[in-house]
Amino acid sequence: MATYSYTSRRELEEYHFSPLTAVLVPLALLLLQAYLPKIFPRLMILDLPLIAVIFFSVARRSPIAGTLTGALIGLFQDALTGQPIGVNGIAKAVVGYAASSIGVQVDVENVITRVLMNFTFSLLQSALLIFIHRNLLGVHGYRVLWLHELTRAALNTAIAIPLFMLLDRVKHRD
Amino acid sequence: MESFFSRFRNPLFLIAILLAQTIALAIQVQRPLDPGKPDGQEVRLLRLWAIALISPLERLSTGTSHGLRVTWANYLDLRGVRQQNKNLQKQLEMLRMERAALSEDALQGQRLRSLLTLRQGYLSTTLIAQVIGTSGSDQSRLLTLDKGWHDGLKSDMAVITPDGIVGMLRDVFPSTSQLLLINDQTSGAGVILQSTRTRAILRGSLQGRIQISNLMPDARIKVGDVVLTSGGDQVFPRGLPVGTVESIVADPDHQPYTILTLRSAANLNQLEEVLVITEVGSDRGVAAQKNPAAEAGATPQARGAESNAARLPGLSADPAHPGDSLPDEPPPGENSTGLVPKPKPALHPDRFSPGAAAPATALKPGAPKNNAQQEMDGAQQDKNSAQ
Repeated sequence: MATYSYTSRRELEEYHFSPLTAVLVPLALLLLQAYLPKIFPRLMILDLPLIAVIFFSVARRSPIAGTLTGALIGLFQDALTGQPIGVNGIAKAVVGYAASSIGVQVDVENVITRVLMNFTFSLLQSALLIFIHRNLLGVHGYRVLWLHELTRAALNTAIAIPLFMLLDRVKHRD
Repeated sequence: MESFFSRFRNPLFLIAILLAQTIALAIQVQRPLDPGKPDGQEVRLLRLWAIALISPLERLSTGTSHGLRVTWANYLDLRGVRQQNKNLQKQLEMLRMERAALSEDALQGQRLRSLLTLRQGYLSTTLIAQVIGTSGSDQSRLLTLDKGWHDGLKSDMAVITPDGIVGMLRDVFPSTSQLLLINDQTSGAGVILQSTRTRAILRGSLQGRIQISNLMPDARIKVGDVVLTSGGDQVFPRGLPVGTVESIVADPDHQPYTILTLRSAANLNQLEEVLVITEVGSDRGVAAQKNPAAEAGATPQARGAESNAARLPGLSADPAHPGDSLPDEPPPGENSTGLVPKPKPALHPDRFSPGAAAPATALKPGAPKNNAQQEMDGAQQDKNSAQ
């Protein structure tokens, strides 16, 4: 009798992307993240690269791949800001690891699961960024605006759901 | 051991990645601050690669959106052009009547323009740059400009708009540069409150506000007061508008200081084109930049002395060359007005006459009196023979 372990389910639902897609999609989201606030400054609250990290990590279902994806996208994002390199790299590496680990265990195709996942990971990233700024960088007077972070998480989720549906078309099983 | 690594391969990999980045962060944070070089060579290289990858796309997006906007605007213009023509005919009649009134305004405009020209004398060389992107993070108020060191830009150059100051250049790359806005948490500028002449340091906050802290409560400071650059930071020329005071609250963390929150004069959220000050024009401006403390510290007495010095014809204009002043003028006579009269030479000079005593440098401490007297006598004889 065949028993389905996590490994077998992982193999069953593991998706792959063409190298072009894996590079162009995060790059496009990074570009949008840098360009859109120029036209609509309020869109700076969004974190489109985070959505890319969650999507690719969940689809690949490999914690190592998720960690690498998160770290690379985060480092790229740091390079565009004036912050020290590594702030977003650390936060997104943890998010990528967590997303790929959860992706192994739950049905990530479900919309409700996706909503909860995006909302939670957005808050997790905010908490990690606060920790990094306060404890690693020693930024004094760093005040946490939780309402702002909740709004950010909600908006990220609202953007992520249709984006996930769009990106579902570019993933494929081997 | 092998099973341990294979079993915990994933968390170990995560820990390794986090550790590497934490060490990188620690190195960057521990790096001594150098305003000219905000980043180390490796970090700067990373930023250069990222900007080099993103900026062509940002240029393309900016150019495309600009083209689309122009095309759309042209289309909208053409749609109602016939009706617009009729309206314009009616408006023309009205405008002719208004022209007479406007001529008076034009004269006023000329006067204002002359003032503006005078003011622009401080900023001889500026370069217009276009904003092509942002940092994409609300924790870092940074904009990407389409000009770099190929265009003559350098780090720490001031960036302004006609409304007021905007920020300063952070990293400058070959064809792009990063503009650090004044409301970024790492930004700062020396400012002065126009009404009270209080000098202060402006800083950005994490929430993107511009604040002045470490200021003692002062009842003279009101909401709406204008804040200008002081020039003390050696980045922004003095006298440029920064903003107005929006709120005054007590600093909860540092009593009894107050925090002034400013409304920036320039709209920092909607910047399209900015002016980079590549060179400060007039000598006065440069001097103010190089030695702002000296200029700021010039007391009213010192300014009064300068004013008097300008009026007195006999005083040297250049302290380094005192004999250079008014070389063509004849020496004033005894009854010249405006000069302190010199004492007339004594008919019978003795050792008490002015100039008869030997200079202090010729005297030897502890020498016998007769020696000193001889030296004085010798000096007296020299003086007499010279006369």
